[in-house]
Amino acid sequence: MKFFMIHLMPYADLDLSYDQKYDSAWVTLPNSYYDPIKGAKLYNRYLDELEYADELGFDGICVNEHHQNAYGLMPIPGVMAGALARRTKNAKIAVLGRALPLLNNPLTVAEEYAMLDNVSGGRLIAGFVRGIGAEYHAWGANPAESHDRFHEAHDLIVRAWTEIGPFPFEGKYYRFNYVNTWPRTYQQPHPPIWIPSQGSRETIEWASHPARKYTYLQTFSPVAALARYMAIYKEEAERQGYTATADQVGWAVPIYVGETDARAHAEAQPHIEAFMNKFLRMPPEMLLPPGYLTLQSMKGVLKAKGAMLAGSHTIDGLLDKGMFVCGGAETVRQKLAEYQKQIGFGKLLPMLQFATLPHDLTNASMERFARKVMPALRAA
Amino acid sequence: MANVKETVLRVAGCAVSVKRAGQGAPLLFLHGGGGAPRWLPFMGRLAERFDVIVPEHPGFGRSETPDWLDTIDDLAFFYLDFIGELGLERAHVVGNSMGGWIAAELAVRSTHDLASLTLIAPAGIYVKGVPMADIFLMSYEQLTRNLFADPAFAEIILAMPVTEDEQDQRLKNALAVAKLGWAPRLHNPHLAKWLHRIDVPTLICWGDGDRLVPPAYGPVFRNLIPGSRLEIFERCGHLPHVECGEQFVRTLIGFVEGVRR
Repeated sequence: MKFFMIHLMPYADLDLSYDQKYDSAWVTLPNSYYDPIKGAKLYNRYLDELEYADELGFDGICVNEHHQNAYGLMPIPGVMAGALARRTKNAKIAVLGRALPLLNNPLTVAEEYAMLDNVSGGRLIAGFVRGIGAEYHAWGANPAESHDRFHEAHDLIVRAWTEIGPFPFEGKYYRFNYVNTWPRTYQQPHPPIWIPSQGSRETIEWASHPARKYTYLQTFSPVAALARYMAIYKEEAERQGYTATADQVGWAVPIYVGETDARAHAEAQPHIEAFMNKFLRMPPEMLLPPGYLTLQSMKGVLKAKGAMLAGSHTIDGLLDKGMFVCGGAETVRQKLAEYQKQIGFGKLLPMLQFATLPHDLTNASMERFARKVMPALRAA
Repeated sequence: MANVKETVLRVAGCAVSVKRAGQGAPLLFLHGGGGAPRWLPFMGRLAERFDVIVPEHPGFGRSETPDWLDTIDDLAFFYLDFIGELGLERAHVVGNSMGGWIAAELAVRSTHDLASLTLIAPAGIYVKGVPMADIFLMSYEQLTRNLFADPAFAEIILAMPVTEDEQDQRLKNALAVAKLGWAPRLHNPHLAKWLHRIDVPTLICWGDGDRLVPPAYGPVFRNLIPGSRLEIFERCGHLPHVECGEQFVRTLIGFVEGVRR
């Protein structure tokens, strides 16, 4: 198994009583809740944490993209990736954005990723996402065009990386006389492509296609759902005539490693509950605008997510569902080994900072994870 | 209920579901974002004097979603084809909300087969400083409550049992509304420039308690469409034809009588 520490860079200083006045930490929460003095400190603290992950021997570090919210402060994740490219030496740097359908010009991503790949000497992992539904409210991008724009933008970017320019591109949404991206990517033919998703059959089928074989990442889902989606990926690969490797599937999950199980539970509780109940809080209409999912998927997810977003999660409920892994090093190691054995993912993206979790606890948890959990699982 | 015929017509390669009843001059009703799943009382009243034709727009309800459906322009041209296909002459076109937007769009393109135009709380333009409500951040229940000035109407609708088929159609309608109206939000920035082309008698209806498209839009439409008349319905929300049905039918008939030459 390989380990990539993912960070959301949340606005940890959020006044958690915001929900007495606003129904979400996204889109409509006034940015007067953001204090730049505190925010500036947070950014630098979070960069320190990701740089420390490189020192601790994580295989990679991941930044993320979300817009107009307190949940994650990386609307332009390339800024963080650029800073990390210079200060880290070994870790891969995964940008688990860019939300392609939000863009008027996807070639900006072809350029941005190519620059990061050059500066980092070929350490970039290129993420492509659609963004969550709230992004479409925040950016005014039409969710009904989300799937089509994603595919067209993806095709354009991969062609920009792999075909010698200039060439013309005539799509439905994007049109160019001259596609001729400078710089070319350092990794040839192009950086590895990862597809993080909350789980939709269409995305899994697309990612697993033999022409792509992209790494599929399941983000923040109950373990049962994770198992289902990973199985779909593998079945789909078989159907298409090849056997998927564990390497092609990954899981992003919040993890906390404490001194003991009891201390871990007590230390993590307020922060993981704030993560689910405050930072991720949003009405279903915000998460799932029309067209974001196909009508069929929409019906199922509306039922399932209604409960998830209601904002009354407890740490024990999250542990039971496998949406959070927490304990002393031994417990965390066993849990992950057990899940890995059941589900067979080859990449783990531990989110070792979440919501309001302070720096000292984050660092201690990272150290325990790197020193007491990772080594035993590497062979798995 | 009068003899309502439900048929499927194929126009511009798209199968559309159409309800039709009554005799007289043709009256084409273009529904709003909620679709036209059922025949409503005001339609029955109008069918006493008109040949009332109520299609479900391409992309909505039981109509197909054609590959060509991308923008409101497509529906404007579609309905010009539709009017031609049915051979409607001197048609009275009535549209509500998004349907009013479509009606205005088709009328700036051609009024050749139109006798009159009635816009009921139409979308389609943007009045600076007066945003429309964000329907996409409302739950179905919130949206239903915001449609009416009198809460009793919303209560009745929300208390009605919903079949799975109706549930599916709601999702389908919401998708079509997003496709056509997410951005620019429920308007075409170029429409206002050409509303002066409308050269048939035009009636604009607005509820003074409209919480979706603010009543301030009424005078703006009136000023942009030459010779148009604005009728305000008191204590009425976004659907005057539903909430103030009798008054709406009387107003429309009075207006149409005045149109006859």
